[in-house]
Amino acid sequence: MKLRYNFGYFISEGFHSIFTHGFMSFAAVCMIVCCLLIMGSFSLVAVNVDHMLGDLEAENEFTAIVEETYTDGQTTQLQAAIRGIPNVASTTYVSKAEAMAAFKEGREDNELLNDLPDDVLRARFRIHVVDIERMKETASQVEALDGVAKIRAEFEIAEGFVVLRDIAGAVAIILVVILLLVSLFIIANTIKLATFNRREEIAIMKMCGATNGFVRWPFVFEGMLLGLAGALVAFLFQWGVYSLVANAVTGSDTMSLITVLAFRPMALRVLGAFVGTGLLIGTSGSVLAIRKFLQV
Amino acid sequence: MIRFKEIQKAYDNGTKALKGVNLRIDDGEFVFLVGPSGSGKSTIVKLITAEEAPSGGRLMVNGYNLNNIRPGQVPFMRRTLGVIFQDFRLIEKKTIQENLIFAMRAIGASPRETRKRVPYVLELVGLEQKAGCRPTELSGGEQQRVAIARALVNNPQMIIADEPTGNLDPMRSLEIMMLLERINELGTTLLVVTHERELVDRFSKRVVAIENGRIISDETGGYYNDEVTI
Ligand SMILES: Nc1ncnc2c1ncn2[C@@H]1O[C@H](COP(=O)(O)OP(=O)(O)O)[C@@H](O)[C@H]1O
Ligand SMILES: [Mg+2]
Repeated sequence: MKLRYNFGYFISEGFHSIFTHGFMSFAAVCMIVCCLLIMGSFSLVAVNVDHMLGDLEAENEFTAIVEETYTDGQTTQLQAAIRGIPNVASTTYVSKAEAMAAFKEGREDNELLNDLPDDVLRARFRIHVVDIERMKETASQVEALDGVAKIRAEFEIAEGFVVLRDIAGAVAIILVVILLLVSLFIIANTIKLATFNRREEIAIMKMCGATNGFVRWPFVFEGMLLGLAGALVAFLFQWGVYSLVANAVTGSDTMSLITVLAFRPMALRVLGAFVGTGLLIGTSGSVLAIRKFLQV
Repeated sequence: MIRFKEIQKAYDNGTKALKGVNLRIDDGEFVFLVGPSGSGKSTIVKLITAEEAPSGGRLMVNGYNLNNIRPGQVPFMRRTLGVIFQDFRLIEKKTIQENLIFAMRAIGASPRETRKRVPYVLELVGLEQKAGCRPTELSGGEQQRVAIARALVNNPQMIIADEPTGNLDPMRSLEIMMLLERINELGTTLLVVTHERELVDRFSKRVVAIENGRIISDETGGYYNDEVTI
């Protein structure tokens, strides 16, 4: 009992079928392109938002004000203690003079301030955290240390960013899952129509003694080719659309705050994700579609 | 080789199509299966091709025990059979030659094997001139000869024809039967389902008669002739 699998035959059958069912193939590719484009655009926006949030997060820090009576030596010890707390990314020491200079900056016109001695303000540490979500916890740990007079932080802003990022992430995942299911359904139905058109041929093949695998392969290749074609077309469109939008955003004055990532460094990953998703949708769609036809 | 032992067949809707059929066909035989419409002839064909499973009894086809055949084995059992239907079942958008190649490729034959085998079977059925035609360009008799060529192309042990002449005029029907007889003489076992009495009586073959899901006679030499003498 020998099984000869001739993949050249399957591929040429798959190709042939794509052209003989031209309209359905065109529709299927269009669906894959649409789904991938929606998915891709959303993901790229999400990546950009995440990137910007990352920037903002980096600026998130809180300030620990040092007890007035502390000497330089004690302050150095305090800095070491702060650095020892988990979730502390970095600490920057701000001396009394530096604090005063920073305070006076932008207030040069105010004559009252000119006469103030340099040591009116207390020395302080600017502390960056690793995980913005645990900022409050870290801040109270710092506050508990001896020599820390008080903590100054904008927890509301930090929490706002976290909530925003979490919502964006959840929405992205939900949308992508929904879109994946929709495109899978559409591909399965497209190939189901193709198999329906060829149920006679399938019946004849089965009557002649073709194995299920043999009957399935050309359809699987057809699905894979459709997925691949859709992925490549979607990639080119994505590139074009992304560049247009990026140019518009960076060129506009009102949106100058938004930084847009360049497409090229992400191109390979986008292409990989599209090809992978396209192949997956195409293959699983065709397998789903012909399951029923093989039960003879 | 076919063995039916007390075969019962009830369809899902409850119809009892076969009620204890015993039938033995040995290699090399030519057998007519006759009976009125609805008597269970096509059900017998579907059991042999494993399109349907028996509800009871024991069933062997060409060495395969169909009572407990694994699904993966069914295609290989089918390769020992060639099947012909009343409605030809050719692929209309393929040429005659492509139809035959399609049947060979379906079981994994290489292009070289098809180039050797296809002209041979086309000549056997007398259609070597029509290799490039499409089924719609042929007469009914010619289309059925293509179907016979397709059944033969994978060199089966047995050919099963379910009312192969049902759509043909008497002259073409006779030609088809003579072609099937010739194929049987070349060594292939033949089971031909029909209800055309003149046709059966022209050949001196074994005739199995079925009625209402039961075999009512199994004799050689023309079933309908016997009926007249009773
Ligand atoms: N798929 C089916 N489902 C239910 N009943 C069927 C099916 N196929 C055939 N039958 C019934 O089984 C009986 C025998 O049918 P069949 O074998 O096709 O007879 P024949 O080929 O001799 O005309 C008939 O009563 C028919 O209605
Ligand atoms: Mg019938």
